[in-house]
Amino acid sequence: MKKLYDSLFYLITLICAVGTMIMLAGIIISIFNEGLPLFRHVKIWDFLFGTFWYPTHAEAEFGISTLIVGSLVVTLGALVIAIPLGLGSAIFISEIAPAWLREICKPLIELLAGIPSVVYGLFGMALLAPMIRQLFHLDSGLNAFTAAIILGLMVLPIISSMCEDALQSVPKALREASLALGATRWETITRVLIPASRTGVIGGVLMGFGRAIGETMVVLMVAGGSAQMPKSIFQSVRPMTAAISAEMGETVFRDIHYQSLFAIAIVLFIITFGFSLLSETMGRKR
Amino acid sequence: MVKIKTSNLNLHFGQNHVLKNVNLEIEEKKITAIIGPSGCGKSTLLRTFNRMNDFKDDMKISGSIMVGDQDIYLDKIDLSHLRAKVGMVFQKPNPFPKSIYKNVSYGLDIQGKFSKSEIQAKVEESLCAAWLWEEVKDRLHSPAMSLSGGQQQRLCIARALANSPEVLLLDEPTSALDPQSTARIEELCVALKQRVSILIVTHNIAQAGRISDYTAFMYLGEVVEYADTSQMFTVPKDKRTEAYLNGVFG
Repeated sequence: MKKLYDSLFYLITLICAVGTMIMLAGIIISIFNEGLPLFRHVKIWDFLFGTFWYPTHAEAEFGISTLIVGSLVVTLGALVIAIPLGLGSAIFISEIAPAWLREICKPLIELLAGIPSVVYGLFGMALLAPMIRQLFHLDSGLNAFTAAIILGLMVLPIISSMCEDALQSVPKALREASLALGATRWETITRVLIPASRTGVIGGVLMGFGRAIGETMVVLMVAGGSAQMPKSIFQSVRPMTAAISAEMGETVFRDIHYQSLFAIAIVLFIITFGFSLLSETMGRKR
Repeated sequence: MVKIKTSNLNLHFGQNHVLKNVNLEIEEKKITAIIGPSGCGKSTLLRTFNRMNDFKDDMKISGSIMVGDQDIYLDKIDLSHLRAKVGMVFQKPNPFPKSIYKNVSYGLDIQGKFSKSEIQAKVEESLCAAWLWEEVKDRLHSPAMSLSGGQQQRLCIARALANSPEVLLLDEPTSALDPQSTARIEELCVALKQRVSILIVTHNIAQAGRISDYTAFMYLGEVVEYADTSQMFTVPKDKRTEAYLNGVFG
């Protein structure tokens, strides 16, 4: 009887595991399946580097370089904000704050990660964008800059907690060695702890990048939405994710526009997959 | 000459009275061993001399410790300067994940007052003094982690020596090492007393007997007996010392 339970349990968990993998594989296959036929009509080169995204024109053009640039501007902007803040708060929590304060700060920052992205978007749209518009005398506050700030806030907890884990994993003995040689706490942090936790910190940044470039709701609500090559950070952009979610409802099943959105999804998938692979291997090396 | 003098030294961690009225005079350029059973406070005592206990939030200390003619628990004391002057080597070798060279130059880099060539000279001199130069001179820029445990510990000694310390604190420096590496470090200690005063905490009674000039026996936070090593090991005055040396407890 016991043996029967055992093998039954084995079977059930096996089915769960295999099922998960099949579903994931199915998603990936269908994305490629729907997206790749686009390249019968549009050259890959024109798709990736074309600067005109006119999917619904009579003479439709499917160049997504403006969308890629839109994604990159917003994502890199977010990282510019989130890396110093995340690393700084990680250093504070891990190395400087007394125990009681750490107990408050750490869960608070992790709580930030649990806020739904639409709430961030709402905040950006209703409160931050008007402020940015007034502050910089713009026509609209819905632009790459505002989106980068909101997105930066969103990935901040990820970067912060990964950096903190990395710092925590540095053995206490190294801190003591540094201090005992006459280093101050600050010198110990910058010369020993950060170099020693380098791979973890980079892993956190890569993970933040993957999260930011895949984020949809915030950029849909806050980035403005024009598929143009931005001349400054205060212009409206249309990141890849925003284009997919905004336009999918207008497409006809399996027409070129529909296929082109799936092709954008392939590009996104490859980018994010590459980055999570990279951050995973970084983590391994440690 | 007395190098370190503690007067009525008491130390608490919270409610825990860890050091009780310690009065010690440590001789200059000698090796003084601190022995005693686990938890008797010998490591804590060692760490009062370079103020490494300061990081515990609930630490309270009273009395005074003079290193040379300086009271090291005055508020105006420059801790960086003190810790350069009173070097420390820990139980487990703890080189930085940097190159051999960078490990030794670390203290000097931080002080920021030496030129590159001065640092280079001091690194070589310190590695020589720690008997490591011959083994590493051709690979100064390879990672310190590639060294064996015994070599790593000598690297940690070299790293402390680079700061030109007056006192070297060794906290069970050989307890993580094999017998051969241990013997080498013991010989090194004896050679080093030419230039520094050495305080060594050890679990190994025989080690204290082999290398130290003076021995302090601690029990439950008190220094029970402090004397010439040869004298203490042959005719201990206190019954507790005798019992410990004979392995009755510990």
